[in-house]
Amino acid sequence: MNDSKINLLEAPFELSYKYKRSSGPIMSKFFEGLSQKKIFGTKSKAQKVFAPAAEYDPDTREALTEIVEVGPGGTIESWSWVNSPRSHHLLKTPFAFALIKLDGADTAMLHMVSDCDESDLSTGKKVLPVWSENPTEAITDINYFILES
Amino acid sequence: MSDDQAPKDYKESFIHLEYQYTAGSATTTFLNQVKEGRLVGQSCPKCKAVYVPPRGSCPRCGIATSIEVPLTDKGCVESFTVVHIPIPGNPIVPPYVCAMIRLDEADISFLHLVQDIEIDQIRIGMRVQAVWKPKDEWTHSLENIKWFAPIDEPDVDVSTLRFKPS
Repeated sequence: MNDSKINLLEAPFELSYKYKRSSGPIMSKFFEGLSQKKIFGTKSKAQKVFAPAAEYDPDTREALTEIVEVGPGGTIESWSWVNSPRSHHLLKTPFAFALIKLDGADTAMLHMVSDCDESDLSTGKKVLPVWSENPTEAITDINYFILES
Repeated sequence: MSDDQAPKDYKESFIHLEYQYTAGSATTTFLNQVKEGRLVGQSCPKCKAVYVPPRGSCPRCGIATSIEVPLTDKGCVESFTVVHIPIPGNPIVPPYVCAMIRLDEADISFLHLVQDIEIDQIRIGMRVQAVWKPKDEWTHSLENIKWFAPIDEPDVDVSTLRFKPS
């Protein structure tokens, strides 16, 4: 058999890891908040607000314990349009992954913006969360964000 | 820590990845031979190193390894580890031995099982031979070999297992 004419072997391959994780005292507050339609961040001594809540200030290594509520609205800092969602994406229609700086926060949170066209998006646009009706204390308790009308 | 600060219970989480694996020409050729109960490596036309399983190129010389080299199913244990901890989804019951098997005339080894011997008797340089599944169960997989079992031959001098100089 000619090497270049060989029928290459192919096989589907699935890799799955199931594990249990604890979100710890700070992130637990954040996830618990989401189930109550609240978004929590943490505030440093220098009054910098991290949202989603961070456990430590990456600049000063200060342990962050002061919980503050932010949002629920925010501003698009950056975004990337997904025109053809693939099977593993949570949304089945075109959407944007976006870094959203929630009102009152100094850092941005990665989430999705949907129910809009690509041409509607730009940095600086205001967005609001669409909450899940079946919260599970996970980031998916926010279905996605929509543009503020 | 007061109750309201106590960490929440552990949550289930998961990672799931789906691939379509394509073997490529070298692995396809190798596995087609394995399906027939043969182990065929490839050698580098420049440095003569024999690779099994072949990957189609010599990482040292950076050239294609087009020369096929039929190999025996005998070799020796180049290295081994005794596994005591069960891995979820793995049907083999610990303790068992994973070993790097260096086939005769090959210059690299591959991972397989060693059985039919007390675990504390296994040693580097020990001679082994493949124990094949019944022929009607052969597929495109090295699992056609159930494991490697010791054979009554003198141990190999470990210094001969060094990768041959180019």
